[in-house]
Parts: sequence; C-alpha cells; structure tokens
Amino acid sequence: MKDIRYIFAIKEAMEEEMERDERVFLIGEDVGLAGGSFGASRDLFKKFGPRRVVDTPISEAGLTSMAAGAASCGLRPIVEIMFMDFVTCAMDSIVNQIAKMRYMFGNQYTMPIVVRMPEGAGLNAGPQHSQCLEAWFAHVPGLKVVMAANPYDVKGLLKSAIRDDNPVIFIENKTLHAMKGQVPEGPDHLIPLGRADVKRQGSDVTVVAVSRLVNEALRAAADLEKDGVSVEVIDLMTVQPWDKEAVFNSVGKTHRLVIAHEAVKSFGIGAEVAATVAEEILDELDAPIVRVGAPFVPIHYSLEKAYVPGAEDVKKAVRATLQRA
Amino acid sequence: MGKPGKEQMIEFYRQMLRIRRTEEKLMEVFSAGEILGFLHVSIGQEAAPVGVCAHLRDDDYIGTTHRGHGYAIAKGIDLKRAMAELFGRRDGYCMGRSGSMHLADLSKGIMGANGIVGGGIPIVTGAGFAAKYKGTDQVAVATFGDGATNQGTFHESLNLAAVLNLPVIYLCENNGWAEFSPRPVHAKIENLADRAASYGMPGIIVPNDVLEIYKACGEAVERARKGGGPTLIEVKCDRWYGHYVGDAQKYRGKEKVEEAMAKDCIKEFEARLTKEKILKAADIEKIEADIAAELAEALEFARRCPYPGPEEMAVGLYV
Ligand SMILES: Cc1ncc(C[n+]2csc(CCOP(=O)(O)OP(=O)(O)O)c2C)c(N)n1
Repeated sequence: MKDIRYIFAIKEAMEEEMERDERVFLIGEDVGLAGGSFGASRDLFKKFGPRRVVDTPISEAGLTSMAAGAASCGLRPIVEIMFMDFVTCAMDSIVNQIAKMRYMFGNQYTMPIVVRMPEGAGLNAGPQHSQCLEAWFAHVPGLKVVMAANPYDVKGLLKSAIRDDNPVIFIENKTLHAMKGQVPEGPDHLIPLGRADVKRQGSDVTVVAVSRLVNEALRAAADLEKDGVSVEVIDLMTVQPWDKEAVFNSVGKTHRLVIAHEAVKSFGIGAEVAATVAEEILDELDAPIVRVGAPFVPIHYSLEKAYVPGAEDVKKAVRATLQRA
Repeated sequence: MGKPGKEQMIEFYRQMLRIRRTEEKLMEVFSAGEILGFLHVSIGQEAAPVGVCAHLRDDDYIGTTHRGHGYAIAKGIDLKRAMAELFGRRDGYCMGRSGSMHLADLSKGIMGANGIVGGGIPIVTGAGFAAKYKGTDQVAVATFGDGATNQGTFHESLNLAAVLNLPVIYLCENNGWAEFSPRPVHAKIENLADRAASYGMPGIIVPNDVLEIYKACGEAVERARKGGGPTLIEVKCDRWYGHYVGDAQKYRGKEKVEEAMAKDCIKEFEARLTKEKILKAADIEKIEADIAAELAEALEFARRCPYPGPEEMAVGLYV
C-alpha cells in the first residue's frame, strides 16, 4: 500500500494495463505530450509514444467513433473526454454506435472500450463544464457505467473496466482528482464491476451513494454517529448494472433508505434505485425513501457551493427518514 | 496495378448484375410484405461497390450505409445469411435483430451498415487506425452518400485520417439526392471531392463507370497500403428509385427519373464487353441463370429459417 492521489491512481491503472496488453491505447485531446487536461496521462506519452498515446484534433464525435471502430477490429481503446460536458458532441458515437454495435451485428465481436470523463462541480467552471450526466448513459442498454469515489477504487475499477469486453463509461469527479488515499502496489489490484461496496456498516439508515457523495455520506455518517444514529453507507461503484442485492440486503437490515448523488435529483440514479426498492421490497421500508441531488437547474457559476449537495444534505435526509414513522 | 483482364471484366459484370438482381428481388419481396421496415436499394449505383471491392482482400475493411447492400455483396457477404437477416430470421448475420440497415460480416471485413447518416465514417476510420496500429497493410473503405458529407463526422474523420495518416479510402457516391432534397439544398459546391484539399488529401472525381472507379480506387488503395494516407473519391452517379422502396419520387419528376434510368452502368458495360467480344449472349444467359439460382436458394433458406424467440431478445447484450 502507498498513499497516492486519485489522478495518479488513474495514471497507474492505464500504465499497467498498457504494459500488460499491447492492444490497450489511450486517445483524446491533449492526452499525449500535454499529459491530459487534468494530468491523468502525465509521462505516458514519453513512455509509450504517439502510437499508443494518441493526441487528436478537437473532434469528440470523430475520435470516439474511431476508437469504436478500432475496438471492433481487436484493439482496446481508452478514450479521454476532457470534460464530461463535451461528451454530448459524441452522443451518436456512444448511444447509437458503441452501445449497440455488438448487439446490432449479432454479437460478431466484442466492444472493449472505456470512455473516461471527469464530471461535476469544483472549478467554478460554469454550466458547460460541471455537469453530471451519468443517468443518461445508465439509461442506454449495452453500456456499463462506473464511478469511483477514492484512489483505491478508481485504480481497481479502471483496470477492470479496461479488461472488460463491454463498453464502459468511466466517470471521475473532478474534486476527487487531488484526493489522496491508500492504494495497493503492484499490477494485480482489481475491483470487479457490477458489485457495490459497503463503505461503512450501520443499522439505522442505509445511504446509497456514488462518487463524491460517497465521501460526503461517510462524513455525514461520522457526524450522525455522535448523535447515536448508525448509518450504513453503500457505494454503488458500478451504476449500470447496479448491485441490487447489496442494496436490498442493507435495506432489509436498516429499513430506511437515502440515495445521494451530485447529479440533479430529477430522473436520476436515485429515482431508479428508489423505484426498484419500492417495486420489489416495499414492505421492508419503515419510512419514505429520501433522495439527495442537485436542484433542477444548470449549475451556477458563483453559487456552486449552494448548488452541489454535500454532507449536510445527507444528514438532513437521514434525519428526515428517521422522523417518519 | 495493371488493367483488368478479360476474366476480371466478366467478373465485374457478374458482380454488378448480382447486386442488381438481388435488389430487384428484394424490392419484390419487400412489396409483398416479407421484409420489415425500410428498404433502400442502390439500383443504378452498382459500379462503385464492384470497382472498389475488386481491390480489397477479406481482411480489408468496409463500412456501408443505409444503401449498402451492394458493398456487402461485392465484399463477399454470404447471400443466404444476408437474406435471412433481411427477413428478420435467427440465422441472419445479426440474429434477425437488425435487418437491411445493419448488414455486417466482420469475418469478411464488412464492418456493418449504419442507420445514422455519417455514423459509419469515423468507425471505418477506426478500422484504418487499427490497421496502422498493428502494422499490417490492411486498408479500410468508408462509403457514404453526398448528403453524409455535410455531417460533422465526415469532416472530423477526414481531418483525423489526414493528421494521423491512416489507410482509409473515403468513397462518396454522389447521386445528387439526400432523401427528397437535391444537392443544392445541402452543399454550395458541385464537386464534393473539392473538400479533400482542405484536409490535405487527394480528392478524385470519377464517373459511374466500373473501370474508371476500379482505376481510381486501385491507386488510392495502393497508396494507403504503402503508408501514403487517405484519399477521397467521389463517384458521380444517379439513383433510379426513390430514397426508399415505395417512394414515388414526386419531388423529382418522371422525366428526370427516366433520364437516370437511361444511363445504366450495367448496360453500358455490357455493351462494351459485347462489342469487344469479351462477353457473348450465351455468357450473359449463363450468368443470369447462375444468379437466379443463387437467389432462389438464398430466398428459400431465409424463408425456412425460424424467427428468434422473445427469450433471445437480450442474449449477449453484455459479454
Ligand atoms: C443522423 C441522421 N439524420 C437523418 C437521417 C435520415 N436520413 C436517412 S438517409 C438520408 C439521406 C442520405 O443522403 P445521402 O448521404 O446522400 O445518401 P443516399 O441516400 O443518397 O444514398 C437521411 C436524411 C438519418 N438516418 N440519420
């Protein structure tokens, strides 16, 4: 184990997988010489050269589909989209092409492609550089969607995503890039996709969270413990397909559920988890489900702090569930 | 690259006729309700697929469009399984999931037709990327219509292929129409190959003549194989029928349609081969008979295949 930053854990994951498998390459805007807009590929260009760390023009649609074509011909591309907001330029590539190519062509080949993108607030970068759009992708059959909350997870999950034969949308939160944490050394650290992680055991309320809100939920849980409230925090890690069993087990134990994410609350992941719990294990609930998410407006340039949900919102939500019969 | 010999010219003729007869048959069974969805035929445009595919090996790639039967056939797709796909049957190339707009056989380098105008161009560019990455001498051919050259994907792909020096041939069949609107609605310039210059690649214009297309594509394929980068080729052609089967082309006028039909790339080639005594009436008869038999067999196979069951709907969605 060593203490490293989240962004460095991403770099290590890519580096190790590129070393392990000649077919893996990285492609995107500024990923090469510049080392990536957020430094995720720093030094990879020096090590692997322009063949495997490919700088492209500003062409999200073109380069993403190009990577898909390369994937269908046996390569394993990692695409970096500079900010998640820009993935909208590549929606045809991801939704109509990548998500469907294998199915649509009768499973003639696999589609091992990872599309990495940083999302979320934190830079006061305004409405077009701060969005959390994971629910869009989770809604499309054929894609997997992964969100890691700390350096340990991001490395293990990214390595698994690169080895997965399905297309994976891999979402990083910008505020996590600088986060430090313990990460196992050596290339064998893998975290399986599709499984949630119980980040904290508790008995009174379950909080299901993703990405940055996992850490906020843990902070909230630590505070609430002082008031005698025991919170169980579940990190979905893979949003699609999500680990229903882990969530159901926890709700079966606590009988109260809060779901927390940074994306706008409306039509989000919280809605899906809540609806599924209500549909399938309603009797386990002792109180209405409460969702934590951003308000339904584009993110605000100067009111970012007021806009994004955090530990206080999670605490409020937990208290709200406890007050109900 | 030498000139095609007699045998090869006969093969060109046979392939063009094979595409024509297959699509005529498809129109027939589509009109009878045996095929679902839309059907876009390429009748009148058979020269380009044959001209370019003559240069391609099985391990070379081609990506096609909604009007892509011709390329799939010329690149060697098995007519039986292709027909089964069009009929929505389980033994079709795509397990009956996709129909006419998504024919694919990766074992023959047929990367798949695309229902999104311009969607396939960067995907094929990616096949070219893979070839270069692996250090093979494979080439990739992206085909599309004139309408598609106004999509961002066209421009992004040509620029990407140029700066990355990829072995890709961009083959535009300019039939002058995008759905129901003529070229002037879509582009101010008449020659779409002119666009090549702005990306730093050769742009070549050829008529709807299989030998001319063969020659231009031969040069482009050779250049690409040797690491010389991409080429844009524009074929000036015409489509006989409407955008899809059933489109009465009211927007176009009967006269214009007749004019298009009068210029038949197959009949013209046939006349030439007959005049040069490469092809005799008896040969043509034999070719027609062979194609008819092949089609009858393919249709029989398709009709006999079962439909997929609802329980197969999600099979293999994730690996
Ligand atoms: C992104 C997208 N926009 C619109 C359509 C509808 N559409 C299908 S074919 C077509 C015209 C294409 O024209 P062109 O590229 O010239 O090909 P052609 O039909 O002439 O072969 C249109 C607009 C589509 N399938 N995809």
